[in-house]
Amino acid sequence: MNTELLGVIAQIVLLLVLSYPLGKHIAKVYKDGSDWMRFMAPVEKFMYKICGINPEEEMNWKVFLKSLLVINIFWFFWGMILLVLQGYLPLNPDGNAGQTPDQAFNTCISFMVNCNLQHYSGESGLTYFTQLFVIMLFQFITAATGMAAMAGVMKAMAAKTTQTIGNFWKYLVISCTRILFPMSLIVGLILILQGVPMGFDGKMKVATLEGAEQLVSQGPTAAIVPIKQLGTNGGGYFGVNSSHPLENPTYLTNMLECWSILIIPMAMIFALGFYLKRKKLAYSIFGVMLFAYLAGVCLNVYQEMNGNPKISEMTIDQRCGSMEGKETRIGAAATALWSVTTTVTSNGSVNGMHDSLTPLSGMVAMLNMQINTWFGGVGVGFLNYYTFLIIAVFISGLMVGRTPEFLGKKIEAREMKIATIVALAHPFVILFFTALSSYIYAHHPGIVEAEGGWLNNPGYHGFSEMLYEYTSSSANNGSGFEGLGDNTWFWNFTCGLALIISRYLPIIGQVAIAGLLAQKKFIPESAGTLKTDTGTFAVMTFCVIVIVAALSFFPALSLGPIAEYFSL
Amino acid sequence: MKSNKSASLFPKELVIESLKQSFVKLNPRTMFRNPIMFIVEIVTFVMFIVTIWAAATGAQDQGSFGYNLLVFLVLFVTLLFANFAEAIAEARGKAQADSLRKTREETPARLLIGSDIKVVSSSRLKKGDIFVCEAGDTIPIDGEILEGLASIDESAITGESAPVIREAGGDKSSVTGGTKVLSDQIKVVVTTQPGESFLDKMIALVEGASRKKTPNEIALTILLAGFTLVFVIVCATLKPFADYSGTAITVAAFISLFVCLIPTTIGGLLSAIGIAGMDRALRANVITKSGKAVETAGDIDTLLLDKTGTITIGNRKATQFYPVSGIDKLSFVRACLMASLSDETPEGKSIVELGREKGIRIRDLSTSGSRMIKFTAETKCSGVDLKDGTRIRKGAFDAIRKMSEAAGNQYPEEVADLVRNITSNGGTPLVVSQDNFIIGVIELQDIIKPGIQERFERLRKMGVKTVMVTGDNPLTAKYIAEKAGVDDYIAEAKPEDKMNYIKKEQDAGKLVAMMGDGTNDAPALAQANVGVAMNSGTQAAKEAGNMVDLDNDPTKLIEIVEIGKQLLMTRGTLTTFSIANDVAKYFAIIPALFMASIPALGALNIMHLHSPESAILSAVIFNAIIIPVLIPLALRGVAYKPIGASALLRRNLLIYGGSGVLVPFVGIKLIDMVVSLFF
Repeated sequence: MNTELLGVIAQIVLLLVLSYPLGKHIAKVYKDGSDWMRFMAPVEKFMYKICGINPEEEMNWKVFLKSLLVINIFWFFWGMILLVLQGYLPLNPDGNAGQTPDQAFNTCISFMVNCNLQHYSGESGLTYFTQLFVIMLFQFITAATGMAAMAGVMKAMAAKTTQTIGNFWKYLVISCTRILFPMSLIVGLILILQGVPMGFDGKMKVATLEGAEQLVSQGPTAAIVPIKQLGTNGGGYFGVNSSHPLENPTYLTNMLECWSILIIPMAMIFALGFYLKRKKLAYSIFGVMLFAYLAGVCLNVYQEMNGNPKISEMTIDQRCGSMEGKETRIGAAATALWSVTTTVTSNGSVNGMHDSLTPLSGMVAMLNMQINTWFGGVGVGFLNYYTFLIIAVFISGLMVGRTPEFLGKKIEAREMKIATIVALAHPFVILFFTALSSYIYAHHPGIVEAEGGWLNNPGYHGFSEMLYEYTSSSANNGSGFEGLGDNTWFWNFTCGLALIISRYLPIIGQVAIAGLLAQKKFIPESAGTLKTDTGTFAVMTFCVIVIVAALSFFPALSLGPIAEYFSL
Repeated sequence: MKSNKSASLFPKELVIESLKQSFVKLNPRTMFRNPIMFIVEIVTFVMFIVTIWAAATGAQDQGSFGYNLLVFLVLFVTLLFANFAEAIAEARGKAQADSLRKTREETPARLLIGSDIKVVSSSRLKKGDIFVCEAGDTIPIDGEILEGLASIDESAITGESAPVIREAGGDKSSVTGGTKVLSDQIKVVVTTQPGESFLDKMIALVEGASRKKTPNEIALTILLAGFTLVFVIVCATLKPFADYSGTAITVAAFISLFVCLIPTTIGGLLSAIGIAGMDRALRANVITKSGKAVETAGDIDTLLLDKTGTITIGNRKATQFYPVSGIDKLSFVRACLMASLSDETPEGKSIVELGREKGIRIRDLSTSGSRMIKFTAETKCSGVDLKDGTRIRKGAFDAIRKMSEAAGNQYPEEVADLVRNITSNGGTPLVVSQDNFIIGVIELQDIIKPGIQERFERLRKMGVKTVMVTGDNPLTAKYIAEKAGVDDYIAEAKPEDKMNYIKKEQDAGKLVAMMGDGTNDAPALAQANVGVAMNSGTQAAKEAGNMVDLDNDPTKLIEIVEIGKQLLMTRGTLTTFSIANDVAKYFAIIPALFMASIPALGALNIMHLHSPESAILSAVIFNAIIIPVLIPLALRGVAYKPIGASALLRRNLLIYGGSGVLVPFVGIKLIDMVVSLFF
């Protein structure tokens, strides 16, 4: 038990220690390209050349967003076509068939928006070709898209008054070549050494201990898993994600993979501090996020290590913790840590089944995604925090007797309108779709029957399954409360819609706010200016997030995990 | 702030009028201006229908008739409270403006037609009309003097009893309606259309019709509307959730949850806060031309202040006599006094006063037969020719030097040193000669207003930079600036220097406030973000600025900045309070909604409220009565303390955020204890 806790602590310490220098590196990459990865410049130049990109072209926020959206639409068609036609394409030794259009729609959208919600199982639903050229490709470029958006916002925040916020294409390319690619390479090598498969052979035929013969899926797993984790993608190579022994074979790989989830989102906050030369601001933001993260970790580790009181009542030994849906080689504590880490970010990979978490742990997982600002997805995590920062600045600015300003820019009606819409969209999407599915479940059982019944569990837990699915979609997380039969027309379609709204609306809004603020006149700080890098302001932001984002889910959570917890 | 500051927040006659207005304002077309309260009005109407339906059918599935009726009544009262807050703020502002305006209504005016004079009522005067006023007349309307000079009692407007001189031409030519002519006769041209004077504009601003929301108010309304929308979603989606879990929720419970969660407290008080801000300005005798100007005042970074009258008291005063060596001190002082006895300038008077302090008895000085020499721009000196032929002169050192050198006398090195010393100490030297021999120097000093250093210190803590504008030479200006504690100064200032300084500051992103009175100040007043024109100033200056100070008090700018800050702070703190309230309200209502069908959720009832009905009623009752409880705070404004932005945030967050979380827990529990006797 003590070693389990030690593992959790070691992992968090490793995250904190390494995210700082990585943040410095990231800031250099975006600021002036003076980082130690600059030897990649010729490769980048080659890419710009064949794509006809002028990397020095400065874009205003509208052109920046247009570029972002256009390339996303292109990828959508690219993915749709390959997924539907994958049965006819090469690298398909197991002879898997193409996806149905509604499933391909869901898969393609889900990977395009960096969510990686999977309504299929990797072993049978994809071929090696689509694993590499849809899944892995998307995992790189969508992570880079989020990081490019953040780079644009950082540039907008740093400048005194500017019309332009940098070049989207350039940010996109260097995010891949100088950050994601080298890190993936290192993580991948360690994974191969630990026994994660890397090859293009079909299923292995293995004789089991019982003497039976079993077909074991394999493939280019070690190539995909690192970027799955590092890019807060989360879409597993195998159906059961990182609880699969070939995707996550040892305690060491588990630590490495869990570390990979959070390292870039954490480093991005430090990068912000280095980039803006406002380290104190970065520390205060980091402090708020870390506090929320650790609170979740403590609660979940405690809950999972203690197990279910109902089982203890049956005099069953629970010294190993609540082990339903968990892997013995990983243990309850590490699974609890992963469950929080994967939900504070928009990763969504799992090393155990969230459906089997004790009610409060399940609630923490959901709440993390409903708030969706604690570290968050690569790049976009800070952007979500930025929305609430604007709202907190607005209210606090008034409280010190000035019309609100953030980093020397006045926040006025237009920015408030956008921030409010963005902050609203997330609860709206989650609650609306959950309400829709609840309504259909309660009033039109015929439809539900026709789709295979949807829920494995009745009652509060069944409600949690639906709430979790939309929460995960809207947070672009992609993990599932797997009790839900979700590969149906209804779920594929509604989740796809939720994914699109929740990815693009916030990015557009946040980049627009930053772009609009950047165009405004810079106001130098005075003694009367609200300082946004203080502890007090950090507390204020935390309270705004908790009251606005978390409490709006309180009624829904009461009917799911809270009711379940009190009924135990 | 002077006499016209009413002691009570709620004078009886205003309350009665406001109560009436609370009902009038229920008109949906009026309510529509306030989106949050408009939504409350809609759901109140829904609740009304549910109550009627419950009474008509006797059905119990929506709860008893009495319970529904009570919820409806509480919501209705919530609306009235919010309307009352706005109405009382309006009534107070109007009463304040009315009392100022009363003086000028229906005053007889002597209208000049050709060369005839016809007495008409002031309300019939038009812009461009010319009227005549004599001693004892009340000036019927704002105007500008065309001919003549008069002393005028402006106490009706400013509360200041000392009469002021107004004369044609120059910067002191404007007169205000309601003030009284004490002496002489003046011819005045009407400069405003009746109903267009600043007071009329101000009253219109306070009244609903022409009141525009300020930019900050709009942004805040958007945020609050956003919060409201979140709760529309939260409450609307609860219905299918409840269907799934097989719980029936009454319409009353839905509506109560919704109304409690949306920010009704700040929504109900928002317009009252804005009006109260303008009203506070008016109580400080400042007429604002827009609500935006008050708001901007809170943001001011740089304050331009004229030296004379703001930083120093009126004029220079004599502070020391320095005879040259060989001259007896007493006889030097005597000579100085002789030269100043008939000198009516403030400097001259102060020399006599200083002499008296030095022990010279005035009646011992005989001036009979002597001839007074007045100061002129050419000679740059004044003095006296005594009966015995002695010529005493006092004046600027270069003028006296020239005079004495022309007479063949040497300019003593000693005097040059004295002059240099006095100048570098911020004083002005006045050199005195007797029969063209220099006999000594009088030191004149600017007297810095007592307490002004503390005010500048306070401004510095607010983050406001103060700039002194003066016609003095740079050396004197620097000395006074340092002594008074201003951050910067403009010496030997010409009107365009002010303008350039304002532009320079604005280019650096700063907001600038200034005060002015002359026509040549008008462009700078228009350029400044907050331009306060003195009421005694010219019409052009008053048109250019966005505020008019009736007291003509240059230190008023400091008060205006604080009023602006107070306005914004009151908005911020009440928003925080309102949003923080939601925590307790969730814990009151959510368990109440589900306790019946999911007994396990009773564990969330941490306040141990008596029953679902009592919990819901307590929450809506608390939500309603918190509005009138906070009206005094909204009207008075949150106290501003210049302790730095971070400390201020910490303080307000603790007080208003902390109480916002805790107070409703206590309040709802207490109300529940009463309500539980019935439900």
